Amino acid sequence: MTPALLKRLQAAQAEKRPVALLTRLSDGAQALWPEDAAPAPALEEAARAALRDDAAASITLPDGSAWFVHPHNPALRLIIVGAVHIAQALVPMAQTTGFAVTVVDPRRAWATADRFPGIVLIHDWTDDAVAALAPDSRTAVVTLTHDPKLDDPALDIALRSPAFYIGALGSRRTHAKRVARLTEMGHDAAAIGRIAAPVGLNIEAVTAPEIALSILAEVVAARRGAALGQRAAPQMAA
Amino acid sequence: MQTEIGEDILGTAAQWVAQGESVAIATVVETWGSSPRPAGSRLAVSASGRLAGSVSGGCIEGAVADAAKQTMQSGTPQLLDFGISDERAWEVGLACGGKLKVFVERLS
Repeated sequence: MTPALLKRLQAAQAEKRPVALLTRLSDGAQALWPEDAAPAPALEEAARAALRDDAAASITLPDGSAWFVHPHNPALRLIIVGAVHIAQALVPMAQTTGFAVTVVDPRRAWATADRFPGIVLIHDWTDDAVAALAPDSRTAVVTLTHDPKLDDPALDIALRSPAFYIGALGSRRTHAKRVARLTEMGHDAAAIGRIAAPVGLNIEAVTAPEIALSILAEVVAARRGAALGQRAAPQMAA
Repeated sequence: MQTEIGEDILGTAAQWVAQGESVAIATVVETWGSSPRPAGSRLAVSASGRLAGSVSGGCIEGAVADAAKQTMQSGTPQLLDFGISDERAWEVGLACGGKLKVFVERLS
């Protein structure tokens, strides 16, 4: 790999552009699709598929040359609503796992650079903030404020997005009340059923880092399609 | 600013180059069976012996690092095969029963 190509690959990652690195295994010749034209139509097709599936692939062209197709998608995103103690534990774990993390909390006393060094902090009201962040299918949204006036607007927006994971902190009783409120806001049972609540895998977590670990584990399970990432249908509020 | 991605192997490799080191990149390009790291996993190796990332659970990194040093000197990429059928793989201890191919290239 030439340093120039490495720079272009790093620039694409910094600018959150999906690119695929195409390498001919016989001699190391490389192209960065789509900035560079794919050397063969089959490679372009393979590059699209690799980026779509987020999975690398080896292919052999009709001329007998073997190529490695290596997708480089932008990082998965985690939007944390609530600059609380659990968020402080969750942020570094999620970063280590490869997530680009954003923390949303209009309460400036909580969302400080001192508590979250180097993290993107957004102080707008939670619905505006989450709407502006536009969660996509590579985004997880977790609400941790435990305050309906902050959590609900964020969940309202998240439920209208294709986020691959939506989790909300709070007990079963808290969640039953939340379900009633979200129903009043016009969300049906199928939509509300997307919310993982109580948030996180049940590992009997007690401390803030343990709860953060349970949340991140469930996010990964959802991302990877693991059975642990599947929730039973939620109970409706009485 | 925006947060760093967890494992920026190429970024680490670029830093080593900036420090004047020779560097090679090894990438898993194909796997069969129970290989611990998927295709696309990277290991960066520097001439002074620094390692970042992985291409297995740790069993073939030594052999890959040796090949990486050859490639650093020759500039010629290599495609390495590890697996049960490969005597050398047993020597280096790929005991998991997986098979994989690793592409090694110089960063230059």
